[in-house]
Amino acid sequence: MYLAGEAWSPNQWITRQFLVLRMPAPIRLRELIRTIRTARTQAEEREMIQKECAAIRSSFREEDNTYRCRNVAKLLYMHMLGYPAHFGQLECLKLIASQKFTDKRIGYLGAMLLLDERQDVHLLMTNCIKNDLNHSTQYVQGLALCTLGCMGSSEMCRDLAGEVEKLLKTSNSYLRKKAALCAVHVIRKVPELMEMFLPATKNLLNEKNHGVLHTSVVLLTEMCERSPDMLAHFRKLVPQLVRILKNLIMSGYSPEHDVSGISDPFLQVRILRLLRILGRNDDDSSEAMNDILAQVATNTETSKNVGNAILYETVLTIMDIKSESGLRVLAINILGRFLLNNDKNIRYVALTSLLKTVQTDHNAVQRHRSTIVDCLKDLDVSIKRRAMELSFALVNGNNIRGMMKELLYFLDSCEPEFKADCASGIFLAAEKYAPSKRWHIDTIMRVLTTAGSYVRDDAVPNLIQLITNSVEMHAYTVQRLYKAILGDYSQQPLVQVAAWCIGEYGDLLVSGQCEEEEPIQVTEDEVLDILESVLISNMSTSVTRGYALTAIMKLSTRFTCTVNRIKKVVSIYGSSIDVELQQRAVEYNALFKKYDHMRSALLERMPVMEKVTTNGPTEIVQTNGETDPTPLETKPPPSGPQPTSQANDLLDLLGGNDITPVIPTAPTSKPASAGGELLDLLGDINLTGIPSITAYSKNGLKIEFTFERSNTNPSVTVITIQASNSTELDMTDFVFQAAVPKTFQLQLLSPSSSIVPAFNTGTITQVIKVLNPQKQQLRMRIKLTYNHKGSAMQDLAEVNNFPPQSWQ
Amino acid sequence: MRFMLLFSRQGKLRLQKWYLATSDKERKKMVRELMQVVLARKPKMCSFLEWRDLKVVYKRYASLYFCCAIEGQDNELITLELIHRYVELLDKYFGSVCELDIIFNFEKAYFILDEFLMGGDVQDTSKKSVLKAIEQADLLQEVRVRDKGALNRSFFFFPGVFPFFKTHTHTQSLCC
Repeated sequence: MYLAGEAWSPNQWITRQFLVLRMPAPIRLRELIRTIRTARTQAEEREMIQKECAAIRSSFREEDNTYRCRNVAKLLYMHMLGYPAHFGQLECLKLIASQKFTDKRIGYLGAMLLLDERQDVHLLMTNCIKNDLNHSTQYVQGLALCTLGCMGSSEMCRDLAGEVEKLLKTSNSYLRKKAALCAVHVIRKVPELMEMFLPATKNLLNEKNHGVLHTSVVLLTEMCERSPDMLAHFRKLVPQLVRILKNLIMSGYSPEHDVSGISDPFLQVRILRLLRILGRNDDDSSEAMNDILAQVATNTETSKNVGNAILYETVLTIMDIKSESGLRVLAINILGRFLLNNDKNIRYVALTSLLKTVQTDHNAVQRHRSTIVDCLKDLDVSIKRRAMELSFALVNGNNIRGMMKELLYFLDSCEPEFKADCASGIFLAAEKYAPSKRWHIDTIMRVLTTAGSYVRDDAVPNLIQLITNSVEMHAYTVQRLYKAILGDYSQQPLVQVAAWCIGEYGDLLVSGQCEEEEPIQVTEDEVLDILESVLISNMSTSVTRGYALTAIMKLSTRFTCTVNRIKKVVSIYGSSIDVELQQRAVEYNALFKKYDHMRSALLERMPVMEKVTTNGPTEIVQTNGETDPTPLETKPPPSGPQPTSQANDLLDLLGGNDITPVIPTAPTSKPASAGGELLDLLGDINLTGIPSITAYSKNGLKIEFTFERSNTNPSVTVITIQASNSTELDMTDFVFQAAVPKTFQLQLLSPSSSIVPAFNTGTITQVIKVLNPQKQQLRMRIKLTYNHKGSAMQDLAEVNNFPPQSWQ
Repeated sequence: MRFMLLFSRQGKLRLQKWYLATSDKERKKMVRELMQVVLARKPKMCSFLEWRDLKVVYKRYASLYFCCAIEGQDNELITLELIHRYVELLDKYFGSVCELDIIFNFEKAYFILDEFLMGGDVQDTSKKSVLKAIEQADLLQEVRVRDKGALNRSFFFFPGVFPFFKTHTHTQSLCC
């Protein structure tokens, strides 16, 4: 019927017309929407949509100009419902090319919704857009600018940037404001084109029209953020921006731009943001805006959200530029007031901002501590989380008792998703600022009993180490732990710590030696009862059972009447299904049978554990597969139940050779003669023959290494470092860190002090133990940090000149 | 701003405006995810939440949720004002706007949005100015001659044949 390209005879025209007349017109958009909404099921809806899509498809095939617009609009509706609409993409282009405004409007909308730069089809738009950018009707130009500014690809932007630049210079403010935002998009897509828009920006801020002003500020912001040169160039605009802002604040009521009594808040906020970027790291600009910032901060009406939005932006600007301290305090006080606001959005925003500033303006934020702590009781989860993070940041030696009370209460009542983080935070804070050992133990106990199941796995060995270090509290600790698990032994971390302590200090428990509180009367059998219950309980994990069994074993040397009972328990578990338990039981059994003479020595009271700081990073090196030693950070001991592995390792010494990096050493309270005591512990040490080296000598700081090798353990090299200072001022807060390649293991003991006195009048001594089982060449990377002459110094160096006798 | 969504309490999307190039598939995924998160929020919670690497600002007006995803350095509080301004514009245009207006006239909701924002930023801070532009643009929409009968046709004029049906002209401002 359709004879494309050939002239039709009048008869053919008439026939066609009759056919066309007889076919129903495509239904109207609103009709379709109404129909689809009557569908009661998803299947019914799908059916309607498919039917309509078919009709639309055939209508498209007929190249019907009249109803194309309507059909595409319907397609867009169906697309929003989630149905495919890609067959309408080309139709959108045809609509854009049409002369009718209605067509263009829907066409451009369709392009923005259905096309994206992944399809080549969108490039076909470029020519249409170019024509429309030069159209005689500004609303058509507006459509083109909008489409280009929302979804223009890099190619399109490159092709059309010139047109946009032209429109940026027009006097028509309707077009100028749109061109400015379009330029922003062009710059985002093709940053190299930024230069081209520079001349057009000359007079942008002279405009009276708020639309142009607003979009111009956005454009200037984009340019300054992307290019330091532009930033430097536009700094001269600061006075003009300050003036515009001042006018907005001081001017009377302007109905067109007023929002709740504030004149054009959108523009104010944008100007404040641009000022922030211009004032950053620049003293002069920051000074030039000081007054206006103070003015905005004090004069803005705070009863509604809009005023607070401006204050918020002002605070962000004050904190980011080089403002004077008075202004900073003003900003923090605004945030403090925000915290008391009834509007939770304002409280949220305040907490977020305070979190950002707590490092730099710590004291100012401290003043609002009580309000922040109150936010822990807020109903909103996001606010609670921020309040918690901020609270931990504010804990210090002075407020630790009060803060801990609040935080423990929070731990009790907060949602489960917070408990792990909160517990970790409490442990960290307690470790840093505990006012007394008893308080520390009590706090740990409180956390274990309230949130015992949420405590992280790596906290258990940390806690155990803390407990061993508080020698005078052992009796009190074991008593409290015993009482805690008597009632409930389901919280695994609590049970693990308790089991370990009972195993170690069970003798103190039954002898009732507690000084801190009323000692309880408990018999050996009762203690074994609880440990056995843990072993049997279904709630106990394999790890916990391991702890319990080992504890029972240890008690065989601490208890007097129940050794037979212990023997029996241990032998029963020799046939346990759990392989780990079975192995332990079998080995313990062996201790009773064949090696009974060694039992008491092996199960002796654990010595106080040195805080190991070196093993973390080397383990990280191993998992990353790197071969270079990584710089150290002081970290708490690594994960894994160290104490039980200690017990296993003691057993392994009977047969295996699993060497742990933790070598028992002198406690931290004896800093100075660390080297001497080591010599004692390790038996005879070969002192002679190994030359010392100067590992580091720079800026007046010299570090010498002297070496000792052990005869009994040839893989161990003991290095004593001596740091001396030949300058005329002391070096304070001196920290020495070291890292070694992954085949080595390293242990750093406490230094003798942290001050290297001037004029070589004294030295800092520190001992490093290096384990080198593979006898590889020793290499070390060291990091030194200290304060000298009022500034913080830091240096990294490699030590490669180790004498061969130190490692071969 | 990266994108703006309007959706009902039942999770039906009413408007989606994307200011960042994303594939259709990715968009669908993000919309589904974000709708779930926002609809799960309780009334007492604040209007801001973190989602992926963005900040989301949302506000409920009657049965519709207005949801904007903004970037780290954007001001959440002023975004709330921006949402409110858009609602005011819709309200003025439709005369006491409700969800049905936006359902049945979604293309107009888009036109108004595109006159208010471009690339995620505000084009004009004057309510009056935006509304006037929309009004003028609406007037440019071609008028269609429509007959009351079952046949909705425009005229085909060709030699020899006259249109043989009577038309009752009824102007309609939009072709849809």
